[in-house]
Amino acid sequence: MIDRRLADLVPPFLLGLVFLAAWELVVRAANVPAIILPAPSAIAARFVVSVPTLAADFWQTIKGVLAGYVLGCGSGLVVAILVDRSDFLRRGLLPFGNLVSALPIVGIAPIMVMWFGFDWPSKAAVVVVMTFFPMLVNTVAGLESASSMERDLMKTYAATDWQTLTALRLPAALPFVFNALKVNTTLAMIGAIVAEFFGTPIVGMGFRISTEVGHLGIDMVWATILVAALTGSAFYGLVAAIERRVTFWHASFRRREA
Amino acid sequence: MKSLLPITTVVLAVLAIWYVAAATLNADLQRDAYANAGRTDYSTAELIVDSLNMERPKLPGPHQVASEMVKSIVVISPTSKRSLVYHGLITLEETLIGFAIGAALGIGLAVVIVSVRWLDRSLTPWLIASQTVPIIALAPMIVVILNQFDITGVAPKAAIAAYLSFFPITVGMVKGLRAPDPLQLDLMRTYSASQSQTFLKLRAPMSAPYFFASMKIGAAAALVGAIVAEVTKSEDGGLGARLLAGSYYGQTVQIWAALFAAAALSAVLVGIVGLVGRIAEHRMGFVR
Repeated sequence: MIDRRLADLVPPFLLGLVFLAAWELVVRAANVPAIILPAPSAIAARFVVSVPTLAADFWQTIKGVLAGYVLGCGSGLVVAILVDRSDFLRRGLLPFGNLVSALPIVGIAPIMVMWFGFDWPSKAAVVVVMTFFPMLVNTVAGLESASSMERDLMKTYAATDWQTLTALRLPAALPFVFNALKVNTTLAMIGAIVAEFFGTPIVGMGFRISTEVGHLGIDMVWATILVAALTGSAFYGLVAAIERRVTFWHASFRRREA
Repeated sequence: MKSLLPITTVVLAVLAIWYVAAATLNADLQRDAYANAGRTDYSTAELIVDSLNMERPKLPGPHQVASEMVKSIVVISPTSKRSLVYHGLITLEETLIGFAIGAALGIGLAVVIVSVRWLDRSLTPWLIASQTVPIIALAPMIVVILNQFDITGVAPKAAIAAYLSFFPITVGMVKGLRAPDPLQLDLMRTYSASQSQTFLKLRAPMSAPYFFASMKIGAAAALVGAIVAEVTKSEDGGLGARLLAGSYYGQTVQIWAALFAAAALSAVLVGIVGLVGRIAEHRMGFVR
Protein backbone atom coordinates (compact mmCIF):
# COMPACT_ATOMS: atom_id res chain seq x y z
CA MET A 1 0.00 0.00 0.00
CA ILE A 2 2.89 2.31 0.79
CA ASP A 3 4.26 1.66 -2.68
CA ARG A 4 0.97 2.66 -4.16
CA ARG A 5 0.92 5.87 -2.19
CA LEU A 6 4.45 6.70 -3.27
CA ALA A 7 3.53 5.99 -6.86
CA ASP A 8 0.64 8.43 -6.52
CA LEU A 9 3.10 11.10 -5.45
CA VAL A 10 5.35 10.82 -8.48
CA PRO A 11 3.31 12.69 -11.15
CA PRO A 12 2.55 15.76 -9.01
CA PHE A 13 6.16 15.78 -7.79
CA LEU A 14 7.44 15.74 -11.37
CA LEU A 15 5.05 18.51 -12.39
CA GLY A 16 6.25 20.59 -9.43
CA LEU A 17 9.87 20.08 -10.47
CA VAL A 18 9.10 21.04 -14.05
CA PHE A 19 7.31 24.13 -12.83
CA LEU A 20 10.21 25.21 -10.60
CA ALA A 21 12.73 24.58 -13.39
CA ALA A 22 10.65 26.59 -15.86
CA TRP A 23 10.39 29.42 -13.33
CA GLU A 24 14.15 29.48 -12.77
CA LEU A 25 14.81 29.30 -16.49
CA VAL A 26 12.41 32.08 -17.44
CA VAL A 27 13.77 34.38 -14.75
CA ARG A 28 17.38 33.79 -15.83
CA ALA A 29 16.82 33.77 -19.58
CA ALA A 30 14.64 36.88 -19.67
CA ASN A 31 16.68 38.65 -16.98
CA VAL A 32 13.57 39.40 -14.95
CA PRO A 33 14.56 41.91 -12.26
CA ALA A 34 14.43 40.47 -8.74
CA ILE A 35 11.98 43.21 -7.76
CA ILE A 36 9.35 41.65 -9.97
CA LEU A 37 9.98 37.94 -9.68
CA PRO A 38 13.00 36.45 -7.93
CA ALA A 39 14.24 33.04 -9.09
CA PRO A 40 13.49 30.03 -6.88
CA SER A 41 17.20 29.73 -6.10
CA ALA A 42 17.31 33.34 -4.89
CA ILE A 43 14.28 32.71 -2.69
CA ALA A 44 15.87 29.58 -1.26
CA ALA A 45 19.07 31.51 -0.51
CA ARG A 46 17.12 34.26 1.24
CA PHE A 47 15.16 31.64 3.17
CA VAL A 48 18.34 30.01 4.49
CA VAL A 49 19.88 33.35 5.45
CA SER A 50 16.85 34.65 7.34
CA VAL A 51 15.73 31.56 9.23
CA PRO A 52 15.76 33.37 12.65
CA THR A 53 13.50 36.18 11.41
CA LEU A 54 11.17 33.76 9.69
CA ALA A 55 11.02 31.59 12.81
CA ALA A 56 10.12 34.59 14.98
CA ASP A 57 7.39 35.59 12.51
CA PHE A 58 6.13 32.03 12.44
CA TRP A 59 5.75 31.79 16.22
CA GLN A 60 4.05 35.17 16.45
CA THR A 61 1.47 34.26 13.81
CA ILE A 62 0.94 30.65 14.85
CA LYS A 63 -0.05 31.77 18.38
CA GLY A 64 -3.01 33.67 16.97
CA VAL A 65 -3.86 30.92 14.49
CA LEU A 66 -3.91 28.09 17.03
CA ALA A 67 -5.64 29.96 19.84
CA GLY A 68 -8.30 31.22 17.45
CA TYR A 69 -8.70 27.87 15.73
CA VAL A 70 -9.23 25.96 18.97
CA LEU A 71 -11.62 28.55 20.41
CA GLY A 72 -13.56 29.07 17.16
CA CYS A 73 -13.94 25.40 16.27
CA GLY A 74 -14.64 24.42 19.89
CA SER A 75 -17.35 27.02 20.41
CA GLY A 76 -18.84 26.26 16.98
CA LEU A 77 -19.11 22.59 17.93
CA VAL A 78 -20.66 23.30 21.34
CA VAL A 79 -23.17 25.83 19.97
CA ALA A 80 -24.12 23.40 17.20
CA ILE A 81 -24.88 20.67 19.74
CA LEU A 82 -26.95 23.13 21.79
CA VAL A 83 -28.77 24.44 18.71
CA ASP A 84 -29.53 20.89 17.68
CA ARG A 85 -31.71 20.49 20.79
CA SER A 86 -34.26 22.94 19.43
CA ASP A 87 -35.86 22.84 16.03
CA PHE A 88 -36.84 26.50 16.41
CA LEU A 89 -33.27 27.63 16.99
CA ARG A 90 -31.97 25.49 14.17
CA ARG A 91 -34.39 26.98 11.69
CA GLY A 92 -33.54 30.49 12.83
CA LEU A 93 -29.77 30.15 13.16
CA LEU A 94 -28.94 28.10 10.07
CA PRO A 95 -29.87 30.68 7.42
CA PHE A 96 -28.11 33.25 9.55
CA GLY A 97 -24.99 31.09 9.77
CA ASN A 98 -25.06 30.43 6.03
CA LEU A 99 -25.34 34.15 5.34
CA VAL A 100 -22.46 34.99 7.66
CA SER A 101 -20.27 32.28 6.10
CA ALA A 102 -20.60 34.06 2.74
CA LEU A 103 -19.67 37.46 4.16
CA PRO A 104 -16.22 39.04 3.91
CA ILE A 105 -15.46 38.40 7.59
CA VAL A 106 -11.81 39.40 7.23
CA GLY A 107 -13.24 42.92 7.26
CA ILE A 108 -13.65 42.74 11.02
CA ALA A 109 -9.86 42.62 11.36
CA PRO A 110 -9.44 46.36 11.98
CA ILE A 111 -12.17 46.27 14.62
CA MET A 112 -10.58 43.36 16.44
CA VAL A 113 -7.19 45.08 16.35
CA MET A 114 -8.87 48.09 17.94
CA TRP A 115 -10.51 45.98 20.68
CA PHE A 116 -7.79 43.54 21.56
CA GLY A 117 -4.64 45.50 20.76
CA PHE A 118 -1.79 44.88 18.36
CA ASP A 119 -0.54 41.58 19.75
CA TRP A 120 -1.74 38.09 18.86
CA PRO A 121 -5.05 38.04 20.82
CA SER A 122 -6.65 40.34 18.22
CA LYS A 123 -5.56 37.91 15.48
CA ALA A 124 -7.00 35.02 17.46
CA ALA A 125 -10.28 36.95 17.75
CA VAL A 126 -10.51 37.34 13.97
CA VAL A 127 -9.78 33.63 13.56
CA VAL A 128 -12.48 32.74 16.11
CA VAL A 129 -15.14 34.62 14.16
CA MET A 130 -13.95 33.22 10.83
CA THR A 131 -13.89 29.59 11.96
CA PHE A 132 -17.01 29.61 14.13
CA PHE A 133 -19.67 29.69 11.43
CA PRO A 134 -18.35 26.99 9.09
CA MET A 135 -18.06 24.74 12.14
CA LEU A 136 -21.58 25.57 13.30
CA VAL A 137 -23.20 25.02 9.91
CA ASN A 138 -21.32 21.80 9.17
CA THR A 139 -21.88 20.26 12.59
CA VAL A 140 -25.59 21.00 12.55
CA ALA A 141 -25.81 19.39 9.11
CA GLY A 142 -23.74 16.46 10.35
CA LEU A 143 -25.92 15.83 13.39
CA GLU A 144 -28.83 15.43 10.99
CA SER A 145 -27.02 12.84 8.94
CA ALA A 146 -27.77 9.73 11.01
CA SER A 147 -30.53 7.85 9.18
CA SER A 148 -33.96 7.37 10.69
CA MET A 149 -33.36 3.60 10.77
CA GLU A 150 -30.37 4.08 13.02
CA ARG A 151 -32.26 6.50 15.19
CA ASP A 152 -35.14 4.07 15.53
CA LEU A 153 -32.69 1.41 16.59
CA MET A 154 -31.43 3.68 19.36
CA LYS A 155 -35.03 4.20 20.41
CA THR A 156 -35.66 0.45 20.63
CA TYR A 157 -32.61 0.26 22.89
CA ALA A 158 -34.39 2.84 25.07
CA ALA A 159 -31.32 5.06 24.71
CA THR A 160 -31.53 8.49 26.28
CA ASP A 161 -31.06 11.60 24.17
CA TRP A 162 -27.55 11.92 25.52
CA GLN A 163 -26.71 8.32 24.66
CA THR A 164 -28.11 8.73 21.15
CA LEU A 165 -25.99 11.83 20.77
CA THR A 166 -22.70 10.34 21.96
CA ALA A 167 -23.12 6.84 20.53
CA LEU A 168 -24.79 7.59 17.20
CA ARG A 169 -25.23 11.15 16.09
CA LEU A 170 -21.88 12.67 17.04
CA PRO A 171 -19.88 9.85 15.42
CA ALA A 172 -22.12 10.14 12.35
CA ALA A 173 -21.41 13.88 12.28
CA LEU A 174 -17.65 13.42 12.41
CA PRO A 175 -17.06 13.50 8.63
CA PHE A 176 -18.87 16.85 8.50
CA VAL A 177 -16.98 18.12 11.54
CA PHE A 178 -13.67 17.20 9.94
CA ASN A 179 -14.72 18.86 6.73
CA ALA A 180 -15.16 22.10 8.69
CA LEU A 181 -11.92 21.51 10.57
CA LYS A 182 -10.06 21.21 7.26
CA VAL A 183 -11.66 24.28 5.69
CA ASN A 184 -10.94 26.17 8.88
CA THR A 185 -7.18 25.48 8.79
CA THR A 186 -6.94 27.68 5.69
CA LEU A 187 -9.37 30.26 7.03
CA ALA A 188 -7.39 30.49 10.27
CA MET A 189 -4.12 31.17 8.43
CA ILE A 190 -5.78 33.75 6.19
CA GLY A 191 -7.51 35.47 9.10
CA ALA A 192 -4.34 35.77 11.19
CA ILE A 193 -2.16 37.00 8.31
CA VAL A 194 -4.67 39.55 7.02
CA ALA A 195 -5.33 40.80 10.55
CA GLU A 196 -1.61 41.52 10.81
CA PHE A 197 -1.89 43.89 7.85
CA PHE A 198 -3.98 46.12 10.11
CA GLY A 199 -1.48 46.50 12.91
CA THR A 200 0.88 44.26 14.78
CA PRO A 201 4.04 44.39 16.86
CA ILE A 202 7.07 44.38 14.56
CA VAL A 203 6.97 40.63 14.03
CA GLY A 204 4.59 38.23 12.30
CA MET A 205 4.12 36.85 8.80
CA GLY A 206 1.50 39.40 7.75
CA PHE A 207 3.69 42.20 9.07
CA ARG A 208 6.74 40.82 7.25
CA ILE A 209 4.88 40.58 3.96
CA SER A 210 3.44 44.10 4.09
CA THR A 211 6.70 45.78 5.17
CA GLU A 212 8.95 43.86 2.78
CA VAL A 213 6.61 44.71 -0.08
CA GLY A 214 7.13 48.33 0.95
CA HIS A 215 10.95 47.89 0.85
CA LEU A 216 10.69 45.95 -2.42
CA GLY A 217 12.33 42.98 -0.66
CA ILE A 218 10.32 40.63 -2.82
CA ASP A 219 12.59 37.63 -2.19
CA MET A 220 11.84 37.94 1.53
CA VAL A 221 8.11 38.14 0.74
CA TRP A 222 8.38 34.89 -1.20
CA ALA A 223 10.34 33.28 1.62
CA THR A 224 7.59 34.27 4.05
CA ILE A 225 4.96 32.94 1.67
CA LEU A 226 6.91 29.70 1.50
CA VAL A 227 6.72 29.48 5.30
CA ALA A 228 3.00 30.25 5.18
CA ALA A 229 2.47 27.63 2.50
CA LEU A 230 4.40 24.98 4.39
CA THR A 231 2.59 25.84 7.61
CA GLY A 232 -0.80 25.82 5.93
CA SER A 233 -0.15 22.50 4.18
CA ALA A 234 1.25 20.90 7.34
CA PHE A 235 -1.72 22.11 9.38
CA TYR A 236 -4.13 20.76 6.76
CA GLY A 237 -2.20 17.51 6.48
CA LEU A 238 -2.25 17.02 10.23
CA VAL A 239 -6.02 17.46 10.42
CA ALA A 240 -6.49 15.20 7.40
CA ALA A 241 -4.31 12.52 9.02
CA ILE A 242 -6.32 12.68 12.23
CA GLU A 243 -9.48 12.48 10.15
CA ARG A 244 -8.24 9.30 8.47
CA ARG A 245 -7.53 7.79 11.88
CA VAL A 246 -10.82 8.79 13.46
CA THR A 247 -13.28 8.32 10.59
CA PHE A 248 -11.62 5.31 8.95
CA TRP A 249 -15.08 3.74 8.59
CA HIS A 250 -16.33 6.42 6.22
CA ALA A 251 -16.97 5.46 2.57
CA SER A 252 -14.48 7.96 1.16
CA PHE A 253 -11.61 6.17 2.96
CA ARG A 254 -12.88 2.62 2.70
CA ARG A 255 -13.08 2.67 -1.04
CA ARG A 256 -9.41 3.47 -1.44
CA GLU A 257 -8.36 0.31 0.41
CA ALA A 258 -10.36 -2.00 -1.82
CA MET B 1 -42.26 30.54 5.13
CA LYS B 2 -42.51 28.73 8.44
CA SER B 3 -38.90 29.72 9.01
CA LEU B 4 -39.87 33.39 9.16
CA LEU B 5 -40.62 33.45 12.89
CA PRO B 6 -37.42 31.66 13.96
CA ILE B 7 -35.29 33.88 11.72
CA THR B 8 -36.93 37.04 13.00
CA THR B 9 -36.39 35.85 16.56
CA VAL B 10 -32.72 35.18 15.92
CA VAL B 11 -32.22 38.57 14.26
CA LEU B 12 -33.93 40.33 17.16
CA ALA B 13 -31.82 38.37 19.63
CA VAL B 14 -28.65 39.36 17.77
CA LEU B 15 -29.72 43.02 17.88
CA ALA B 16 -30.46 42.76 21.61
CA ILE B 17 -27.08 41.15 22.32
CA TRP B 18 -25.42 43.82 20.21
CA TYR B 19 -27.05 46.63 22.23
CA VAL B 20 -26.05 45.05 25.53
CA ALA B 21 -22.50 44.48 24.30
CA ALA B 22 -22.23 48.03 22.96
CA ALA B 23 -23.43 49.54 26.22
CA THR B 24 -21.06 47.37 28.29
CA LEU B 25 -18.04 47.93 26.06
CA ASN B 26 -18.53 51.68 25.80
CA ALA B 27 -19.48 52.35 29.41
CA ASP B 28 -15.86 52.68 30.54
CA LEU B 29 -15.05 55.11 27.76
CA GLN B 30 -18.13 57.15 28.57
CA ARG B 31 -17.23 57.19 32.30
CA ASP B 32 -13.84 58.58 31.34
CA ALA B 33 -15.55 61.17 29.17
CA TYR B 34 -17.75 62.16 32.12
CA ALA B 35 -14.70 62.33 34.39
CA ASN B 36 -12.90 64.56 31.90
CA ALA B 37 -15.91 66.82 31.74
CA GLY B 38 -15.97 66.89 35.55
CA ARG B 39 -19.38 65.28 35.80
CA THR B 40 -20.19 62.86 38.60
CA ASP B 41 -23.95 63.25 38.86
CA TYR B 42 -24.96 60.98 35.97
CA SER B 43 -27.56 58.26 36.38
CA THR B 44 -27.23 54.72 35.03
CA ALA B 45 -29.84 55.37 32.36
CA GLU B 46 -27.96 58.44 31.22
CA LEU B 47 -24.75 56.47 31.11
CA ILE B 48 -26.34 53.79 28.93
CA VAL B 49 -27.93 56.24 26.52
CA ASP B 50 -24.73 58.26 26.20
CA SER B 51 -22.54 55.20 25.69
CA LEU B 52 -24.79 54.16 22.82
CA ASN B 53 -24.36 57.52 21.12
CA MET B 54 -20.65 58.20 21.40
CA GLU B 55 -18.79 59.65 18.47
CA ARG B 56 -15.95 57.12 18.55
CA PRO B 57 -17.31 54.16 20.47
CA LYS B 58 -15.58 50.83 20.89
CA LEU B 59 -18.69 49.23 19.46
CA PRO B 60 -21.30 51.53 17.91
CA GLY B 61 -24.96 50.75 18.50
CA PRO B 62 -26.94 49.32 15.58
CA HIS B 63 -28.84 52.58 15.15
CA GLN B 64 -25.58 54.50 14.80
CA VAL B 65 -24.41 52.17 12.05
CA ALA B 66 -27.80 52.38 10.37
CA SER B 67 -27.85 56.18 10.42
CA GLU B 68 -24.25 56.33 9.18
CA MET B 69 -25.23 54.04 6.32
CA VAL B 70 -28.25 56.13 5.45
CA LYS B 71 -26.10 59.24 5.58
CA SER B 72 -23.28 57.86 3.43
CA ILE B 73 -25.49 56.03 0.95
CA VAL B 74 -28.53 58.25 0.50
CA VAL B 75 -27.67 61.74 1.71
CA ILE B 76 -24.11 62.24 0.45
CA SER B 77 -23.95 62.42 -3.34
CA PRO B 78 -22.51 59.27 -4.96
CA THR B 79 -19.68 61.23 -6.55
CA SER B 80 -18.26 62.28 -3.19
CA LYS B 81 -15.39 60.30 -1.72
CA ARG B 82 -17.32 60.08 1.53
CA SER B 83 -20.15 58.20 -0.10
CA LEU B 84 -20.37 54.45 0.37
CA VAL B 85 -22.01 54.17 -3.05
CA TYR B 86 -18.85 55.62 -4.61
CA HIS B 87 -16.62 53.11 -2.83
CA GLY B 88 -19.10 50.28 -3.25
CA LEU B 89 -19.20 50.74 -7.01
CA ILE B 90 -15.40 50.62 -7.20
CA THR B 91 -15.40 47.38 -5.24
CA LEU B 92 -18.26 45.99 -7.31
CA GLU B 93 -16.43 46.70 -10.56
CA GLU B 94 -13.27 44.93 -9.38
CA THR B 95 -15.28 42.04 -8.03
CA LEU B 96 -17.27 41.51 -11.22
CA ILE B 97 -14.25 41.68 -13.53
CA GLY B 98 -12.27 39.40 -11.25
CA PHE B 99 -15.18 37.02 -10.88
CA ALA B 100 -15.65 36.79 -14.65
CA ILE B 101 -11.96 36.01 -15.19
CA GLY B 102 -11.90 33.61 -12.25
CA ALA B 103 -15.01 31.80 -13.45
CA ALA B 104 -13.65 31.41 -16.99
CA LEU B 105 -10.31 30.19 -15.65
CA GLY B 106 -11.93 27.89 -13.12
CA ILE B 107 -14.27 26.27 -15.61
CA GLY B 108 -11.51 25.95 -18.21
CA LEU B 109 -9.23 24.23 -15.72
CA ALA B 110 -12.00 21.90 -14.66
CA VAL B 111 -12.70 20.92 -18.28
CA VAL B 112 -9.01 20.23 -18.84
CA ILE B 113 -8.69 18.21 -15.65
CA VAL B 114 -11.71 16.10 -16.48
CA SER B 115 -10.72 15.40 -20.08
CA VAL B 116 -6.94 14.97 -19.82
CA ARG B 117 -6.12 11.99 -17.63
CA TRP B 118 -2.45 12.60 -16.81
CA LEU B 119 -3.07 16.26 -16.00
CA ASP B 120 -5.65 15.23 -13.45
CA ARG B 121 -3.17 13.02 -11.60
CA SER B 122 -0.38 15.58 -11.60
CA LEU B 123 -2.30 18.84 -11.31
CA THR B 124 -5.01 18.09 -8.75
CA PRO B 125 -2.68 17.63 -5.76
CA TRP B 126 -1.15 21.01 -6.49
CA LEU B 127 -4.54 22.64 -6.76
CA ILE B 128 -5.44 21.26 -3.36
CA ALA B 129 -2.09 22.31 -1.95
CA SER B 130 -2.60 25.81 -3.36
CA GLN B 131 -5.78 25.98 -1.35
CA THR B 132 -4.01 25.27 1.94
CA VAL B 133 -1.78 28.27 1.22
CA PRO B 134 -3.11 31.49 2.65
CA ILE B 135 -3.65 32.94 -0.80
CA ILE B 136 -4.67 36.35 0.44
CA ALA B 137 -1.15 36.76 1.78
CA LEU B 138 -0.07 37.10 -1.84
CA ALA B 139 -2.38 40.03 -2.46
CA PRO B 140 -0.02 42.89 -1.57
CA MET B 141 2.76 41.38 -3.64
CA ILE B 142 0.64 40.83 -6.71
CA VAL B 143 -0.42 44.47 -6.52
CA VAL B 144 3.23 45.57 -6.35
CA ILE B 145 4.35 43.26 -9.14
CA LEU B 146 1.59 44.41 -11.47
CA ASN B 147 2.48 47.96 -10.53
CA GLN B 148 5.98 47.38 -11.95
CA PHE B 149 4.38 46.67 -15.30
CA ASP B 150 2.41 49.89 -15.06
CA ILE B 151 -0.74 47.93 -14.49
CA THR B 152 -2.63 50.01 -11.97
CA GLY B 153 -6.17 50.88 -11.09
CA VAL B 154 -8.75 48.14 -11.37
CA ALA B 155 -6.59 45.41 -12.93
CA PRO B 156 -4.43 44.31 -9.95
CA LYS B 157 -7.43 44.06 -7.67
CA ALA B 158 -9.47 42.22 -10.25
CA ALA B 159 -6.52 39.84 -10.63
CA ILE B 160 -6.61 39.04 -6.93
CA ALA B 161 -10.37 38.66 -6.98
CA ALA B 162 -9.95 36.24 -9.90
CA TYR B 163 -7.19 34.35 -8.12
CA LEU B 164 -9.35 33.84 -5.08
CA SER B 165 -12.49 32.85 -6.95
CA PHE B 166 -11.11 30.36 -9.48
CA PHE B 167 -10.27 27.59 -7.05
CA PRO B 168 -13.70 26.85 -5.55
CA ILE B 169 -15.11 26.97 -9.08
CA THR B 170 -12.55 24.48 -10.37
CA VAL B 171 -13.17 22.06 -7.52
CA GLY B 172 -16.94 22.31 -7.84
CA MET B 173 -16.88 21.93 -11.61
CA VAL B 174 -14.57 18.91 -11.53
CA LYS B 175 -17.00 17.29 -9.15
CA GLY B 176 -19.92 18.34 -11.35
CA LEU B 177 -18.41 17.15 -14.62
CA ARG B 178 -17.77 13.80 -12.94
CA ALA B 179 -21.33 13.63 -11.62
CA PRO B 180 -22.71 11.31 -14.36
CA ASP B 181 -22.69 7.74 -13.08
CA PRO B 182 -21.04 4.87 -15.00
CA LEU B 183 -24.41 3.68 -16.29
CA GLN B 184 -25.07 6.96 -18.06
CA LEU B 185 -21.53 7.07 -19.42
CA ASP B 186 -21.95 3.51 -20.70
CA LEU B 187 -25.18 4.51 -22.39
CA MET B 188 -23.34 7.28 -24.22
CA ARG B 189 -20.74 4.74 -25.26
CA THR B 190 -23.39 2.40 -26.66
CA TYR B 191 -24.62 5.35 -28.72
CA SER B 192 -20.98 5.54 -29.89
CA ALA B 193 -20.94 9.17 -28.86
CA SER B 194 -17.65 10.96 -29.27
CA GLN B 195 -15.87 12.44 -26.26
CA SER B 196 -17.05 15.94 -27.10
CA GLN B 197 -20.61 14.74 -27.56
CA THR B 198 -20.53 13.00 -24.19
CA PHE B 199 -19.19 16.18 -22.74
CA LEU B 200 -21.77 18.52 -24.27
CA LYS B 201 -24.83 16.32 -23.91
CA LEU B 202 -24.15 14.55 -20.64
CA ARG B 203 -21.36 16.00 -18.52
CA ALA B 204 -22.02 19.70 -19.04
CA PRO B 205 -25.77 19.59 -18.33
CA MET B 206 -25.24 17.27 -15.34
CA SER B 207 -22.83 19.74 -13.79
CA ALA B 208 -25.36 22.61 -13.62
CA PRO B 209 -26.20 22.30 -9.88
CA TYR B 210 -22.50 22.08 -9.02
CA PHE B 211 -21.85 25.00 -11.35
CA PHE B 212 -24.23 27.29 -9.52
CA ALA B 213 -23.14 26.13 -6.07
CA SER B 214 -19.51 26.86 -6.89
CA MET B 215 -20.35 30.17 -8.58
CA LYS B 216 -21.95 31.29 -5.32
CA ILE B 217 -18.78 30.52 -3.38
CA GLY B 218 -16.67 32.05 -6.14
CA ALA B 219 -18.63 35.31 -6.10
CA ALA B 220 -18.23 35.66 -2.33
CA ALA B 221 -14.52 34.84 -2.61
CA ALA B 222 -14.03 37.41 -5.37
CA LEU B 223 -15.50 40.11 -3.15
CA VAL B 224 -13.18 39.17 -0.29
CA GLY B 225 -10.24 39.31 -2.70
CA ALA B 226 -11.22 42.74 -4.00
CA ILE B 227 -11.60 44.12 -0.47
CA VAL B 228 -8.28 42.75 0.77
CA ALA B 229 -6.54 44.06 -2.35
CA GLU B 230 -8.01 47.49 -1.68
CA VAL B 231 -6.53 47.46 1.79
CA THR B 232 -3.05 47.12 0.28
CA LYS B 233 -3.60 49.86 -2.27
CA SER B 234 -6.00 52.16 -0.56
CA GLU B 235 -5.45 55.38 -2.52
CA ASP B 236 -7.82 54.22 -5.26
CA GLY B 237 -10.79 53.93 -2.93
CA GLY B 238 -13.19 51.05 -2.46
CA LEU B 239 -14.78 49.47 0.59
CA GLY B 240 -11.46 48.00 1.72
CA ALA B 241 -9.84 51.43 1.59
CA ARG B 242 -12.76 52.73 3.64
CA LEU B 243 -12.10 50.03 6.25
CA LEU B 244 -8.42 50.95 6.41
CA ALA B 245 -9.12 54.69 6.67
CA GLY B 246 -11.63 54.01 9.43
CA SER B 247 -9.11 51.95 11.37
CA TYR B 248 -6.41 54.63 10.97
CA TYR B 249 -8.56 57.40 12.36
CA GLY B 250 -10.49 55.34 14.90
CA GLN B 251 -13.78 55.98 13.10
CA THR B 252 -15.52 52.85 14.30
CA VAL B 253 -18.92 53.82 12.98
CA GLN B 254 -17.41 54.24 9.53
CA ILE B 255 -15.75 50.80 9.71
CA TRP B 256 -19.00 49.11 10.65
CA ALA B 257 -20.91 50.94 7.92
CA ALA B 258 -18.34 49.82 5.32
CA LEU B 259 -18.49 46.31 6.71
CA PHE B 260 -22.25 46.17 6.40
CA ALA B 261 -22.09 47.63 2.91
CA ALA B 262 -19.66 44.84 1.97
CA ALA B 263 -21.93 42.28 3.58
CA ALA B 264 -24.93 43.61 1.67
CA LEU B 265 -22.97 43.58 -1.58
CA SER B 266 -21.90 39.99 -0.96
CA ALA B 267 -25.43 38.93 -0.06
CA VAL B 268 -26.84 40.57 -3.21
CA LEU B 269 -24.21 38.96 -5.47
CA VAL B 270 -24.67 35.51 -3.97
CA GLY B 271 -28.43 36.03 -4.02
CA ILE B 272 -28.48 36.87 -7.72
CA VAL B 273 -26.36 33.84 -8.59
CA GLY B 274 -28.58 31.69 -6.41
CA LEU B 275 -31.73 33.02 -8.06
CA VAL B 276 -30.41 32.45 -11.59
CA GLY B 277 -29.33 29.01 -10.46
CA ARG B 278 -32.72 28.13 -9.07
CA ILE B 279 -34.50 29.24 -12.24
CA ALA B 280 -32.05 27.36 -14.46
CA GLU B 281 -32.20 24.21 -12.37
CA HIS B 282 -35.96 24.35 -12.43
CA ARG B 283 -36.01 24.63 -16.21
CA MET B 284 -33.51 21.82 -16.57
CA GLY B 285 -35.56 19.57 -14.33
CA PHE B 286 -33.10 19.27 -11.46
CA VAL B 287 -35.58 20.27 -8.78
CA ARG B 288 -36.68 17.25 -6.85
